Amino acid sequence: MNHAYIYDAVRTPRGKGRKGGGLHGATPVHLAATVLAALRDRHALDTSAIDDVVLGCVEPVGEQGANIARIAALVAGYDTVAPGVHVNRFCASGLEACNIAAAQVMAGQAGLVVGGGVESMSRVPMMTSGGAWAMDPDVARRTHFVPQGVSADIIATRWGYSRHALDCYAVESQRRAARAQAEGRYAASLVPVRDVNGIPLLDRDESVRPDATLENLSTLAPAFAGQGELGFDAIALQRYPDMERIEHRHHAGNSSGIVDGAAAVLIGSREAGARLGLRPRARIRAFGSIGSDPTLMLTGPSVATEKVLARAGMAVRDVDLFEVNEAFAAVVLRFLDALEVPADRVNVNGGAIALGHPLGATGAMLLGTVLDELERQDLNTGLVTLCVGAGMGTATLIERV
Amino acid sequence: MTMTADLFHYTVDADGIATLAFDDRERSMNVLNRASLEAFYGAVQRAIDDPAAQAILLASNKDDFIAGADLDMVLAFTDAAELKASTLRLHRVLRRLETCGKPVAAAINGTALGGGFELCLACHHRVAGDRPKALIGLPEVTLGLLPGGGGTQRLPRLIGVRAALPLLLEGRKLNPSQALKAGLVHELVSPGQERQAARVWLLGRIGQETRQPWDMPGFKLPGGPVQSPAGFEAFYAGNAMTLARTAGNYPAPHCILSCVYEGLQTDFDTGCRTEAGYFVVAALSPEAKAMVRTQFFHMNRVNALERRPQGVAPRRFSRVGVLGAGMMGAGIAYAQAMAGIDTVLLDTTQEAAERGKDHARRLLDQRVAKGRMGEAQRDAVLARIRPTTAFADLEGCGLVVEAVFEDRAVKAEVTRQAEAVLAPDAIVASNTSTLPISGLAQASARPAAFIGLHFFSPVDKMPLVEVIVGAHTSPQTLAHAMDYVRALRKTPIVVNDSRGFYTSRVFSTYVREGLIMLAEGVSPALIDNAGRLAGMPVGPLALADEIALDLADRVNRQTAADLGSQWVRTPAEEVTERMVHGLGRIGKKAGAGFYDYPAEGPKRLWSDLAHHFPLAAQQPELATVIHRLMYIQSVEAVRCMEEGVIDNGCDADVGALLGWAFPVCRGGPIGQIQQVGMREFAGACRALADAHGARFAPPALLEEMAVSGKSFYHA
Repeated sequence: MNHAYIYDAVRTPRGKGRKGGGLHGATPVHLAATVLAALRDRHALDTSAIDDVVLGCVEPVGEQGANIARIAALVAGYDTVAPGVHVNRFCASGLEACNIAAAQVMAGQAGLVVGGGVESMSRVPMMTSGGAWAMDPDVARRTHFVPQGVSADIIATRWGYSRHALDCYAVESQRRAARAQAEGRYAASLVPVRDVNGIPLLDRDESVRPDATLENLSTLAPAFAGQGELGFDAIALQRYPDMERIEHRHHAGNSSGIVDGAAAVLIGSREAGARLGLRPRARIRAFGSIGSDPTLMLTGPSVATEKVLARAGMAVRDVDLFEVNEAFAAVVLRFLDALEVPADRVNVNGGAIALGHPLGATGAMLLGTVLDELERQDLNTGLVTLCVGAGMGTATLIERV
Repeated sequence: MTMTADLFHYTVDADGIATLAFDDRERSMNVLNRASLEAFYGAVQRAIDDPAAQAILLASNKDDFIAGADLDMVLAFTDAAELKASTLRLHRVLRRLETCGKPVAAAINGTALGGGFELCLACHHRVAGDRPKALIGLPEVTLGLLPGGGGTQRLPRLIGVRAALPLLLEGRKLNPSQALKAGLVHELVSPGQERQAARVWLLGRIGQETRQPWDMPGFKLPGGPVQSPAGFEAFYAGNAMTLARTAGNYPAPHCILSCVYEGLQTDFDTGCRTEAGYFVVAALSPEAKAMVRTQFFHMNRVNALERRPQGVAPRRFSRVGVLGAGMMGAGIAYAQAMAGIDTVLLDTTQEAAERGKDHARRLLDQRVAKGRMGEAQRDAVLARIRPTTAFADLEGCGLVVEAVFEDRAVKAEVTRQAEAVLAPDAIVASNTSTLPISGLAQASARPAAFIGLHFFSPVDKMPLVEVIVGAHTSPQTLAHAMDYVRALRKTPIVVNDSRGFYTSRVFSTYVREGLIMLAEGVSPALIDNAGRLAGMPVGPLALADEIALDLADRVNRQTAADLGSQWVRTPAEEVTERMVHGLGRIGKKAGAGFYDYPAEGPKRLWSDLAHHFPLAAQQPELATVIHRLMYIQSVEAVRCMEEGVIDNGCDADVGALLGWAFPVCRGGPIGQIQQVGMREFAGACRALADAHGARFAPPALLEEMAVSGKSFYHA
């Protein structure tokens, strides 16, 4: 079998996902083209060698519709022979795109593929594309649909993560992100987004709150209590009748931030890389996705991780660093407990609570983040995993070469 | 038998208005059934084809317009393909009517509900007469059905999804004035002026092609399309609220949501076909069958006093005494005064009696505040209640309700004192909830005129009264007691004297099973959630707290004393005893029972509960817990029938529905057996008995009926 290597990973900074955000003035195509161009320019790549561009995006409508991967590739000036395809596995789309890229290479059907993702949550907000899950009465009833915030609170209640525990985790994420920013730990992958003149619009993640404390987080009211009262708590108890009630503990401060951003990862075979004079940084050893209960929704990471590690014949203790997307604090706390992973191996440079979660791009961003940190610490094995809407989980295991 | 053509009179006047007047002379109200629908189809086609008819007026020759669909017809539906085909036929006719080009108006002279109102929705103009008590709406959901004549497609296209969904999902019945405000009708006129006003509108439109708003080019759904932020919000919320409420036990509201969601995203005719599909699902569902049977047919039989002894002349009560002005007595006094009955409200002190009257005053003030009653009327009702301490004031009462403490001695004393003043044919009725009537009757000088009337709390809201026939109660007394209950506009079920009567006895098995499971180590959250998921309004543990554990404990002790060696003790009694005497937790009134009841915020399970009732390592499946909680009620109901406590399934189901909100989707404790199937139910009980105890063993009567194929609902 052919191996798939990561040759490079780049990302834009994460801009605040609302009007006034640093990247609000950048179209999604521009964000995606920015990272695609960066990959090319950093290596003087002959883009006619690129067999496919796979980009994740969760709201593929309006400005993000009509196969943004292909369109962004054209706009980035890639050779027209490089096709593109859009992929949607909700919050894991960016990682899924990289997994698909790796699969093409490992199957011997492609030499060089770009995986990545893009999401401008400020210009194409969450839920814009609608969908049957929440709206179609028949679907919502059969699947016991509850919104993700309520799912996070179910997890916090069921496994006993107190408000205090969640907020402590959030403060730590902010602290780690602030330290990473101060020490330039993101510099290797970060590419600025520029305006039409080339003047930088944003060159750093602007959501980080180094001033976050337990005190100021404690003043935030639970964000999903209203949804719970609307009926979703009762629905959750129909699904989990051994629970007395759902305690609402998540809020904007211990949940992922809404941001804009894009990322791209250059993945290829040994031969294709060699032909272009590229040096591989890591090998993608295994990857996969799983499905889990849609109502609980967010416990997929540990299950996906177990599946991927089993395929690679490895154990949790063999992994040096984890990136577990901080969709909600309880998601990570549950992962830590389920797999007995020490907290100092997980999200060591902060996560989406501090940096934000540009839905379709995050998975690809995390791949670059863990790789940069493996190199910085001269460690070997990293695993990226994200929880996914409708009850899924995706994971990817890499090792340095 | 009325000929099909006779059901709809067809006349065309000199102005070219064809009037289609519905008049079913064999019924008190017009209903839609096979015959009347055939007649309607014929009349509509005739009006469309008739060159002399330039406008069409839909009307009724009765006091009301159309009450709805004939529920006998609905219950008889069995074949999906056939039902869908006949539903689509109705759609075709209504479409022809509203697209024929001629203006069509409806003169809604009274109540127009369900299919009756759907016919009106297919008219271009609706005029309603402002008659008191006239009701307009689409209440099908309350019977487990949905508007199958285009209501789910026309109403939202008329007033938007946001406004239509609550009307459809709750089945709200509006008075004509409310119907106008809600946009259901176009015009409101004085009663009797409906046809005239409709004619004026029609005359103004003759010669102009008239269409429904949704058939006009460029039609936009009021409030915006389904796929929009507003549409998302409406369905996101509507789906959540509905599933939270039904727990999946009632298919009709979910079908309605799907009709609107799916149908409004297509053209009108496709929408009607979608509705027809869901209508069939709802109409053929066992839930709808159960709801129609219990809430309509059985309720009607019970309210028609089917069990009233024959040959006894009806009795009117103009003056009734109430002994005891506590919560129950005060509530009964209120109910009587509202029914126009002069009430003597008696207690040991004048203050106590006045307090009882104050209770009525508070309820009446609420009605006035809500605009449901005028001040003069309130004063008139209040004036009927005379608080007193003098038994002599009971003179002239045709009936006296004894509502004092649950204590034989106290009851005996007031009975004697009352009877000293009453006429020999005056009835003494005890509102006891636990003491056998025959025993109480021993204090009476004329036990033939002694009976039990078990009211439910709160009396102003609960329509059920258990009429308890003592060993010596005469048929006349029973008949007259039932007349009295109907005069109060309440529903009587007839029960023969026995411990716990019917409602307390059967209902308490639900609570007891919950306590037994707690003792077994089943999670209390699972127990109470299972009760709610089964369709009961409250879980058994929460209910035990509300009824009060110390009261239950007292009743247990009394029963144990009364029954001696016959008394079968279960872990439930031990749990109650431990809670009350060992742990000092007597229930909601003390803020502490199985739950804690903080001053602010919701109740929470007592955190020490698991310490005293440790959780079993292996927890049961939700379905098992539900079966235990629900089937034990049916088993007990059958035992009641076996012992002659209650003699028919109608009273058993109606009593359960009204007495303790037994989930109507299952029909009732007897209906549930029918729904599951007699043999299957008996088999399930045997399995439950093997696993959990002999109390589940199917009674002989059930085994016998499973074999014989008889019904519990004998006429």
